[in-house]
Amino acid sequence: MDKKHLLNSKQMANFAADGYLRFDELVPEDLNRAAHENIDAGVDGFSAGSPLSEAYPDPSPIGKVFRLPEVQGVIHSLVGPDPLYDHHAAHRVEPGKLTGQHWHADAIIDTRLHFDIQFFYFCHDTPREMGGTMILPGSHYRRISESDIARYHNFRGQQPIVCKAGTIVVVHHGIWHCAQPNHTEQRRYMFKLRLNPTVRQYRLWNTDDLDAPEVGSNLAKHHPWYGLEGRLEMVNRIKFWRFLTGDEDFDIGYWLGRLENMPEELADSFVGSQS
Amino acid sequence: MLQLRQKLLVLYLHNPNLSSGVGAWSFFDGTGKEETTTGDSEEPPYSSVVEAMRDGWRVIQFPQQFPAYPDMEYNTSFLKFEYILEKLEEIDDG
Repeated sequence: MDKKHLLNSKQMANFAADGYLRFDELVPEDLNRAAHENIDAGVDGFSAGSPLSEAYPDPSPIGKVFRLPEVQGVIHSLVGPDPLYDHHAAHRVEPGKLTGQHWHADAIIDTRLHFDIQFFYFCHDTPREMGGTMILPGSHYRRISESDIARYHNFRGQQPIVCKAGTIVVVHHGIWHCAQPNHTEQRRYMFKLRLNPTVRQYRLWNTDDLDAPEVGSNLAKHHPWYGLEGRLEMVNRIKFWRFLTGDEDFDIGYWLGRLENMPEELADSFVGSQS
Repeated sequence: MLQLRQKLLVLYLHNPNLSSGVGAWSFFDGTGKEETTTGDSEEPPYSSVVEAMRDGWRVIQFPQQFPAYPDMEYNTSFLKFEYILEKLEEIDDG
């Protein structure tokens, strides 16, 4: 894997803090058109847990999208070499569908630090009136089961994915999201692909910039819907970054350091006074 | 014939203080006059529960508070500070 296609540490820190990364117009236009036709006609699925390398054989346009070197670099950085195909879904929102999908996270409560990724691929332009998938930055560590969160309508900082054709967003499996209404006369597609790692997710990206100051500031960013729980989310991020880097002393703002400080050594003056 | 119908506003606050900021919100209209859905507004209708009260909304549910279960002290999940408010509105039911 050529290093130039791997994510860097600043991007990984953003992934840890936001739960997603966005790559605008990554896929070439001709491939977008072919993929659009492919999705329209139907894309065959594969067995859950089978090697991604065996999915979408040539000349599948969807296969070409996920075999682009830039996309392979994202995959390698997040779930490593030889990931497994979990499932895909060619999500469609029909013209005039004026009700948004309820907020949810995919699958069920997931207690791992290990994580799956989901690609959201937009093969055509997606203006706001066409919806876009709405995502909630920083929601990925929350332990919920699918539609537990369906009562919520809006959050400060919610992000509709409004984009040009060829845009790919990659999300942590836990991110909260929902399809948005389509006020246009065209059907909207979003092709989703979930992948599982087969290796320990340890320093899989280009770590040359691991000590850059932006890494710390990216990890410490705030999301406006958090309120009081923003401090607990810092703990989640610290634990995740320790898992990714193996640096068990990593901290943000001393949030975990002070809690881990449990000295067992008696002070000399105290010992002396007791003898 | 005039009938009463309920409108519900759900505000999720930054902390248990009713004057604290709103992080998330939902609105459900029992009069049938307004349809609401996910992602339909970028800003909350009120900056706090107190501000909504001053506009005539009645608080009908406070969130209960529980200490964290052992080993779950740092877990995050649902939004904790959920306040449910109502207004009753007359509709002409024919």
